[in-house]
Amino acid sequence: MKLTGAEIIVETLLEQECDTVFGYPGGQVLNIYDALYMASDRIHHVLTAHEQGAAHAADGYARATGRVGVVIATSGPGATNLVTGIATAYLDSTPMVAITGNVPCDLIGRDSFQEVDIMGITIPITKHNYFVRRVEDLADTIREAFRIAKSGRPGPVLIDVPKNVQTDTCEYVRGEPARPYPMEIAPDAKLKEAADLLAAAERPFIYCGGGVVIAGAEREICRLSEMLDAPIGCSMMGLSAVPSDFPLMLGMQGMHGNFAASRSMADADVILACGARFSDRATGNKGKFSKRAKIIHIDIDPAEISKNIPVSLGIVGDIRNALTRLITITPSRKRPAWIQKVEQYRAHGKVEVDPSVLRPYAIIDRVCDRASADTLVVTDVGQHQMWTAQRYRFHGSRTFITSGGLGTMGFGLGAAIGAAKGTGRRTVLFTGDGSFGMNLNEMVTAVSQHLPIVILIMNNGVLGMVRQWQTLFYNHHYSNTTLNRPTDFKKLGEAFGAVAFTVKDIGQLDEALSAAFSNDGPTLIDCHIDMDEMVLPMIPPGGAIDQLIVKRSDIKEV
Amino acid sequence: MEQTKGQFVIAIRVENRFGVLSRVAGMFSRRGFNIDSLTVSETETNGVSRITISMQGDHYQRCQIIKQLSKLSEVMQIKVMEPAESVIREMLLIKVKSTPESRRDVMDATTVYRASIVDYSPSAMCVAVSGDPAKLNAFIELMKPYGILEICRTGVVAMDRDAVSLRDTDMHYLNDLQ
Repeated sequence: MKLTGAEIIVETLLEQECDTVFGYPGGQVLNIYDALYMASDRIHHVLTAHEQGAAHAADGYARATGRVGVVIATSGPGATNLVTGIATAYLDSTPMVAITGNVPCDLIGRDSFQEVDIMGITIPITKHNYFVRRVEDLADTIREAFRIAKSGRPGPVLIDVPKNVQTDTCEYVRGEPARPYPMEIAPDAKLKEAADLLAAAERPFIYCGGGVVIAGAEREICRLSEMLDAPIGCSMMGLSAVPSDFPLMLGMQGMHGNFAASRSMADADVILACGARFSDRATGNKGKFSKRAKIIHIDIDPAEISKNIPVSLGIVGDIRNALTRLITITPSRKRPAWIQKVEQYRAHGKVEVDPSVLRPYAIIDRVCDRASADTLVVTDVGQHQMWTAQRYRFHGSRTFITSGGLGTMGFGLGAAIGAAKGTGRRTVLFTGDGSFGMNLNEMVTAVSQHLPIVILIMNNGVLGMVRQWQTLFYNHHYSNTTLNRPTDFKKLGEAFGAVAFTVKDIGQLDEALSAAFSNDGPTLIDCHIDMDEMVLPMIPPGGAIDQLIVKRSDIKEV
Repeated sequence: MEQTKGQFVIAIRVENRFGVLSRVAGMFSRRGFNIDSLTVSETETNGVSRITISMQGDHYQRCQIIKQLSKLSEVMQIKVMEPAESVIREMLLIKVKSTPESRRDVMDATTVYRASIVDYSPSAMCVAVSGDPAKLNAFIELMKPYGILEICRTGVVAMDRDAVSLRDTDMHYLNDLQ
């Protein structure tokens, strides 16, 4: 059947099993929006307040569902507004397809109204991107984009479609959903070598990254951990792969990692890293990082092997497949001395929380108590994010959605919208007054879509994470981090049409949460906390585990 | 692990698609690596181009750059051309002042280097030299006393010796690089 390019875009999206897209209309995507209008009974479009929100929503949708998130924006500013969202998805390996309109081919290169070279702009932040010159290439380009987005290490792909390609017509034949390229499979010899290293280890440790979530290897990693008596420390991206109550789970490691996780990793003689990339936030000083340990690294991306930390054994392959096979060839062994040591660390790092005082951990505990195992937890970026990563008790893969690599303040609300939309599940957004301020316009989307999102603002009146660094490393020079904003978030939430609360003590929090968790639309809870709360423990930037600041009283020594 | 920094040459076969050169070149600036020279040309296969890049770096940079480049969709094969196993050549055009005193010397040098004089005027001579980059460097050094007016180099091209072809490289070798 002969269709216009715009219709082909919609039909190909449907063919690729995409039934929800996020976006914002504009001059050079009018034809796509016309096609969406005509197909509105088959494909759902979520209109956001800003293209950045749409990009984060597509990202959140993809992270929560494991499917490809799709975002549409017009040329010029519409396209550039996607950039932060695309970069966020790129750094955290989220499968995403961004479709942008552009001026007609005969106006390209003339600095036409709302023309930008979005393909050039996004080369470094996409897995691949396209400028489609002929309508005949459109359907196959979209299919290939989906294929690339979800193959191997996933990532965002951008397709720039000039307006004349949207209006031109050609024959369209329905295709199949794109199948990912076959995964690399770890070679037997290398797995045998890994099994030997692990068998000989006295103090094995598993470093679990976001790749474990993407590969769906949650059960395998726990099984291996049990067999080896190897405690697990997660990168922030890997957190939801292992249930918080799994006996060998030590939580997050790294700069703000739990003491037991970071300490055990430093003590380990063999580290098995899976789908993690040894980010500087996870390792601290690379020169001092686990010097004595033999490191085995399993990853689907060969470029990650020895990129940040030289490893003893790099294994390229699908993690789930590799772990499944590793389980069959690695001997089980109890390692009581090591476990005893790890438990000592765990006890040493244990934090006492007064449940009656409105402080970050107590707030998170209260939310945990209300939430169910499948509640999605989304964060913005900053102190609240670290507190959530440290404290929240996760119970299911893909339940923790956070901007890890890029650290995008303003990510949370859009991502929560996408996650809630994609799953229909209760979603809690932990945010800060700084992060929330960046993209709070997306409240309009949360309200108009009537999504069950609990927005919990940890409001300390300051840019807390930056303030913490200013306190620790910049002589208390609080340059531009004290917000002094009289914003009433309760009124603001209500103005958007949400249910909203101001919370100044634990009793009020309980009331607000009980209302929020029975509301099937968005609820905003403005939770006032002290401006000098800190994220601890902390390994100073570029520092090593021996410089760990565990409690406030350690700070003077720094 | 070899840590010494040295010059090396990478050969890449790419699908000749829109923007491929900026993707490849962009990877260098993005990862903080410098390119010494870059050449692109058509190949024996329609729609496939060959890019030859010369750069300096240590073992780590070598591994990273070829692994990162291999992830680009258009990149079909990529490898480091080892000097012992390949022919590496470059061409130089060099314009030297010509005076009655220097003319004979320049012409002698041209003969010894098996180069050729491709332009000759009363005040200048242009010499074309080809060979490996070290030979070109030596020729430039040799010309310095006579007054170099202009230099232009093509950048290196490289090819495997024997019947080995870049086309046949099994890219799985990247999985073992660390």
